[in-house]
Amino acid sequence: MKSKGLTKVDLIFESIDAKEVLAKAFSMTPEEIINQVLESGLKGRGGAGFPTGMKWKFTAAEKDPEKYIVCNADEGEPGTFKDREILDRVVYKVYGGMAIAGKAMGAKKGYIYLRGEYRFLLPQLYLELHKFQKMIAEIGYDFTIEYRMGSGAYICGEESALFESIEGFRGEPRNKPPYPTTSGLFSKPTSINNVETLVTAMMIIAKGPQEYVKLGTKDSRGSKVFSISGDTPIPGIFELELGMTVQEFVNEFGDGDTKAVQVGGASGFCVPRKKFEDTIIGFEGVPTGGSMKLFNSSRSMYNVLHNYLDFFTEESCGQCTPCRVGCQQLLKGVEKVKKGEAKSTYLNELVKLADTMKVASKCGLGQSVGNAFRSIVENFREEIIY
Amino acid sequence: MVTLKINDQEVKVAEGTTVLDAAKQLGIIIPTLCNHPDLCVAGNCRVCVVEQKGARTLIAACAMPAAEGMDIHTNSLKVRNARKHIVELLLSEHRADCTKCYKNQKCELQTLANEYAFGEHLFLDLVEDHAYTIDRSSPSFLKDDSKCIRCQRCVRTCAQLQHVSAIAVANKGAHMKISSFHDRPMSHVVCTNCGQCVNRCPTGALTEKTYIDQVWDAIYDSEKHVVVQTAPAVRVALGEDLGYDPGERVTGKMVTALRQLGFDSVLDTDFTADLTIIEEGTELLTRLKKNLVENDHSMALPMFTSCSPGWIKFIEHKYPHMLSNLSTCKSPQQMFGALAKTFYAQKRKLDPSKVVSVSIMPCTAKKYEADRPEMRSSGYKDIDFVLTTRELAVMIKQAGIDFRTLEPSHYDSIMGTSTGAAVIFGATGGVMEAALRTAYELVTGKPVPFNNLNITPVRGMEGVKEATVKIEGTTQEWRFLEGAELKVAIAHGLVNANKVAKAVSTGKASYHFIEIMACPGGCIGGGGQPIPTNAAVRQKRMDAIYSEDMHMDIRKSHENPEIKAIYEEFLEKPNGHKSHELLHTHYIAREAY
Repeated sequence: MKSKGLTKVDLIFESIDAKEVLAKAFSMTPEEIINQVLESGLKGRGGAGFPTGMKWKFTAAEKDPEKYIVCNADEGEPGTFKDREILDRVVYKVYGGMAIAGKAMGAKKGYIYLRGEYRFLLPQLYLELHKFQKMIAEIGYDFTIEYRMGSGAYICGEESALFESIEGFRGEPRNKPPYPTTSGLFSKPTSINNVETLVTAMMIIAKGPQEYVKLGTKDSRGSKVFSISGDTPIPGIFELELGMTVQEFVNEFGDGDTKAVQVGGASGFCVPRKKFEDTIIGFEGVPTGGSMKLFNSSRSMYNVLHNYLDFFTEESCGQCTPCRVGCQQLLKGVEKVKKGEAKSTYLNELVKLADTMKVASKCGLGQSVGNAFRSIVENFREEIIY
Repeated sequence: MVTLKINDQEVKVAEGTTVLDAAKQLGIIIPTLCNHPDLCVAGNCRVCVVEQKGARTLIAACAMPAAEGMDIHTNSLKVRNARKHIVELLLSEHRADCTKCYKNQKCELQTLANEYAFGEHLFLDLVEDHAYTIDRSSPSFLKDDSKCIRCQRCVRTCAQLQHVSAIAVANKGAHMKISSFHDRPMSHVVCTNCGQCVNRCPTGALTEKTYIDQVWDAIYDSEKHVVVQTAPAVRVALGEDLGYDPGERVTGKMVTALRQLGFDSVLDTDFTADLTIIEEGTELLTRLKKNLVENDHSMALPMFTSCSPGWIKFIEHKYPHMLSNLSTCKSPQQMFGALAKTFYAQKRKLDPSKVVSVSIMPCTAKKYEADRPEMRSSGYKDIDFVLTTRELAVMIKQAGIDFRTLEPSHYDSIMGTSTGAAVIFGATGGVMEAALRTAYELVTGKPVPFNNLNITPVRGMEGVKEATVKIEGTTQEWRFLEGAELKVAIAHGLVNANKVAKAVSTGKASYHFIEIMACPGGCIGGGGQPIPTNAAVRQKRMDAIYSEDMHMDIRKSHENPEIKAIYEEFLEKPNGHKSHELLHTHYIAREAY
């Protein structure tokens, strides 16, 4: 596959005249908005990558007069901090994206579910919200937004657990179907989108989908904000065009000694040096919600894996068997292998278990534990055993 | 209707049918664990995962609605591997001390383990990583978290069926557990001891607190005279634990078995159920008279029944301002206990301190009730030990009794004679029906105007039932009731009880008399009944109860000759001085934390 190379982009944080864009959006029909988003090829920026236009289309198709747009700002994936930056710098575009989504689907109310640890942002966010509400009132459009706070559980970033949390229940994922677009928040049709997705949607309306599709590849349109951390001389937030290889990424951000990149956080994939050249960052290769963690040769991949498993063992909601018990078994299993108390071949059993977790867990959390586990164990087996 | 394929067989099902139920129609069994027909779908144990061709992941058959064109495989390699893993995972967090477990051979996890996880365990033992303790604080049940597999059946039961939520999920990940409010012992939270959770627990995590050994000790103590009473609902359910299908009446065999176990006297709670009708009926009429004629509202209306100890604890916690609406009558169990060590002991010339009173109940809350400090009006603990239907079955097995071959026999006398009105106490609506059969006749001198005495409007499984009985042709004494319409309501399952209590509390209901049973279906669906108990089983037990009623010679409580005798010889008159001393009680307002 031919790579696009590494290109820095400034779309998300670009200043725009929100009032003008919103006035334009509100003058469009819902179908026009949805068609533009569909045309842009935008996929959800939280990590799962569901086509945003489809989500809006499904929600719009529901007959219920009461619908919701929910902004998922429960940014909890280890190594991700881009939503915080977006909220800090351009929250008016998040609000704008929600209002546009509301127009597209016929929702008059939006909720932002904010990560508990981001509470300190609230005063500024409310100030901006006040301005925003005033602005759309001036345009003559009826749409309100409310904040709801998370309390620190990673699982509440899972869409249905997030709904449960907003509704005042314990944050546990629901069975699907029904999907949120038919029965989401308060059992009403709901579109739930990531912070960055909403901003991107607003930019697509502002610039037109034709502009947007110029960026990225067929499967991964556009650009993406990356949270870059680990062994890098320049950690931070960077907006990059999708479609580059890990090698190109490492050339820019590595410290010259990068042995692995964890793409997509704890629930993502570990790419070892030997696969840098052939791995595209995007939905055709390794998808990511934005977390990019670089490890150099001084790092123990056993420790990296242990850290992730420890995290999942703690952050599983505990509801379903494969995830609750599976995480504990993976963690205890690698510890035993490392200590020599279990045979190295036990790792093979654990890989099979991780595969079961992938297909049998109730939600995305348990289903993705196997990603990091498999990719680290397969590529750094000797570091786990010795 | 949707058409789908399961294991290459086509099946047509109604929209909304789960894949699990669709498979059942084809005779394909998909194992389940967290699923229970009485409860909402959880889909969290994942034991029922099946493969849907084209889907990225396996799907939980219990939670997935069948859809047009689905191609499901329930026994593919992928499914088998996942299912084995899941059962192994559950075993790894479960203290599998099966041979000493009370639920040995009755454990749903054990059954699955037999099918999917025999031989060497695949995974590491996780039980040792947790500091588990057994909560023995409730007199009714034990909670052993080391055997808990977090299926949440108990949590759903407590919330959805009982509106109590004494137990709920706490913590997350590896520390996720089923906990009580602030992790307090079960004796110190709002728990009604109804045992519905115990009845639905698939493993030995929730079990009744058993008193089998204490009862054996009493039986073998030659100094002790051990009397046993059996509740109405036991006789239509005990058979299930001894190889019979649900709905089999085993009254006579049960009596023989109890005698063979060595009880000195085999008596019937039905006798005091009849007595309850006389006392409670009289109380109701007194309350009506005071309110309607004398304008004295010190005795509140509507009057709630007080037979169900789970309901009593519920109202004490949740509606303490309505305790004066509760009938002051003790439950039949406790009336029996108070009489066993007074009237019975006197008649049989026994030293009451040597009488041991055992009751066989469909109920775990009865264990709690027997322990209440108020329940010592004989001067002793009125009921010494309460065993559930399940525990009696265990004793019968322990004694090597071949239940099927037993010759039926009759209850002993005294306090062994009863009527059909008493038997139906075991089903929701039964107390109401029995009370109406007697009260109506008392005030009019005529039987209730229903075919065969069967007051069908108060029968059935509907959560809340209402009926109105017009009183006509009253005798001189009850003339004030002439033409009155007695409004009654019946609720079973505390979630329904709560609806009625709330309506009364907020003044939205205008009933005179309300029967409440804590358990779904009434005592036939009690927490101490054989497992499984579900809607289909409850219906069969209920049918058996009404059939037992139809087979009784006497079907009205006030016609029970032993009841007439006990008033003549001992109690003097209903609601009299002696009755109040022995047969009535008071209630305690409790916190609702």
